Amino acid sequence: MKKSPFFLLFTFMMLSAAILIGCGEEDTASDETADGNVFDQVVSRGHVVAGVNSDLPGFGYLTSDGTYTGFDVDFAKAIAAAVFGDAEAVEYRPLSAQERLTAVQTGEVDVLLRNTTNTLSRDAIGLHFAPTTFYDGQGIMVRKDSGITSLEDLEGARIAVDTGTTTEMNLADTFRLLGIDYEPIVFDGQDQVVASYEQGSVDAWTTDRSGLVARLDTLANPDDHFILPEVISKEPLAPVVNSSDAIWYDIVKWVVYATIQAEEFGITSSNIDDFMDSENPEIRRFLGLEGELGEELGLDNDFVVNIIKQVGNYGEIYERHLGPDTIFNLERGVNSLWTDGGLLYSPPFR
Amino acid sequence: MGVNQADIMKETTVLQAPKKNRTVQKWLKDNMFSSWLNTFFTIALTILLFFLFKVILSWVLFSADWTVVSVHLKLLLAGQYPNAELWRVFLCIFLLSLLTGFSSGIWNGTMTQLGLFFAGLLALCLALPFVSVEAKIWNAASLLVLVCGYFGGKKLPLKKTVLFSWLMLFPVTIFLLSGFGILPKVGTNLWGGFLLTLLLAVVAIVASFPLGVLLALGRRSRLPAIKYFCVCYIEFIRGIPLITILYVAQLMVPLFLGQGIELNNAVRAMIGMTLFSAAYLAENVRGGLQSIPSGQYEASHALGFSTPLMTFFIILPQALRAVIPAMVGQFIAIFKDTTLVTIVGIIDILGMAQNVAKNPTFLGKEMELFLFVAAVFFVFCSMLSYVSRRLERSLGVGER
Repeated sequence: MKKSPFFLLFTFMMLSAAILIGCGEEDTASDETADGNVFDQVVSRGHVVAGVNSDLPGFGYLTSDGTYTGFDVDFAKAIAAAVFGDAEAVEYRPLSAQERLTAVQTGEVDVLLRNTTNTLSRDAIGLHFAPTTFYDGQGIMVRKDSGITSLEDLEGARIAVDTGTTTEMNLADTFRLLGIDYEPIVFDGQDQVVASYEQGSVDAWTTDRSGLVARLDTLANPDDHFILPEVISKEPLAPVVNSSDAIWYDIVKWVVYATIQAEEFGITSSNIDDFMDSENPEIRRFLGLEGELGEELGLDNDFVVNIIKQVGNYGEIYERHLGPDTIFNLERGVNSLWTDGGLLYSPPFR
Repeated sequence: MGVNQADIMKETTVLQAPKKNRTVQKWLKDNMFSSWLNTFFTIALTILLFFLFKVILSWVLFSADWTVVSVHLKLLLAGQYPNAELWRVFLCIFLLSLLTGFSSGIWNGTMTQLGLFFAGLLALCLALPFVSVEAKIWNAASLLVLVCGYFGGKKLPLKKTVLFSWLMLFPVTIFLLSGFGILPKVGTNLWGGFLLTLLLAVVAIVASFPLGVLLALGRRSRLPAIKYFCVCYIEFIRGIPLITILYVAQLMVPLFLGQGIELNNAVRAMIGMTLFSAAYLAENVRGGLQSIPSGQYEASHALGFSTPLMTFFIILPQALRAVIPAMVGQFIAIFKDTTLVTIVGIIDILGMAQNVAKNPTFLGKEMELFLFVAAVFFVFCSMLSYVSRRLERSLGVGER
């Protein structure tokens, strides 16, 4: 067969044309996304698309009847309750740690509630972090009979860690600073980390302290292990939204504040009706009985009432998923109200 | 061929091979204890296997807590599909059993085996104690129509109807599962578990087959535009990993499409897997095309066949027959590759197993769940390869 140069040229031109057209479309499309009004989309769609974790006990997981539940999931419900007055108007998108931020950037999800640590470099890539919903910190678990009681005792120890997380980097930073030699044993996935620790092939393992506590109960003999008192990193976990829509960001932000403020006022899902005839002007404004705080955000004035009635205040959410009645039994610690010496502080609703 | 053999048989006296005296003792002596060395290996391996099985069996039967599987069985198999609408899934299984029944009656051989396999699966589901009553009734009905279909298929001349129904089955299934405005809508975000695994695999396999054949033909085309497009496509897709394609399909495609068009993520994964599978299939088919001697082309041209006729009635049937093992291998690989969608946030059976293992009530029970998933995959993959072996035998691949 004779190949004519004309045909070769023709093929080449066709291909480059196709590529160029592809690129052209891409440019215009991404412009649209950047200008996109997330809040309008949410309202016209009729439900919130929330990126969640599907496999973190306590924060986001599937129950046996196939519904999502957890601490983070409750905040997604709170947002839906505020926007639509219906906490169930949420479509959950389980996301992996790698794809979660891209999913917010591309508009795949309206809001990301997936135990995401607020950091500068993440904030700088076109994302906005709402107020922190959970202050976590990295800890290390060791066996009691190993004689290790502080970070210094870990000299030469084998420490198991999950790959590709901030945990791995924090570990390296902390130990370099302290000048302690250790051997990091890297695994893909926490199950493998815990399994190797249980088999005794490593001396210690590390992750966020909430994760350590959650796992402690599932070990064969929980009393044989303990968590070192040192917290080696700050992990403020916060909801994430795309920075293109300031209104949507404000809504997510004030939904989180509303749960905190409600706890400060002592308003819970069970006693909220008693507050509806309150004389306190602050509470009357907060619950939308006076003023137009909700409308200023583009919501109903009683959006806070919907949140509290359907989901609860911060304390209720915490107790439900991480409190003494759960297997985690996590102390509130820094996740207490500022009035109790914690870090939770809501700006005034006025 | 049959006739020829019969003729030969008539003319020559064929000596039968001497019958072996097949007693257990003799077989053991010949195969297991023929020398001191073999005797040693036999005994050593028996002891090793005994302890291995003892450990495995004692774990499976006594240590393992299988409630985690039985409680989540619905989630693992059908994902978060709403319980109230679950009858649609069962109806799909019902229709599938009906067609399988008829087909195994009409086409003996491989289809009968497939029907038996399917009946076995249904019977197994019936026998499990923790399956819900609704599921049992539906399964019993499916089993019944499968058996009825088998006898019906033997009697009734329904060949064309059944073939047509097979073609219609997939659209009907999709219609039933999603609703399309007539039934209550069930979004693909609620499809999951083994249901989704099967759908992904079936779509990828069925859709990539014609695409792959076209690409293979295109790569051998004399028209440079078509030829180089096919070469570029195939080499490009084969040059990047499947996981990259899935990521692009999940996260980049919505960006390209802009605001107006919303493709849901299961469809995006299906498209990604189809495009990937087609490139590999094209190379398999091309191997088959190359195995056809040029005499076949010349002979068909000499007989006055046009190129399309020649391709579809002379070349392709022979080429495809030659690459059945390779193609089935590819299909099995695609079936197993569907588990990769877990990474892009679509919950197939493996993703579901990982998720339910994180339920605080069942923490630390991954092993049971993963073993269950492995068993499901093993059953379906070995069925696929069994069917492929039967197909090869009935088409006489490897005898030429």
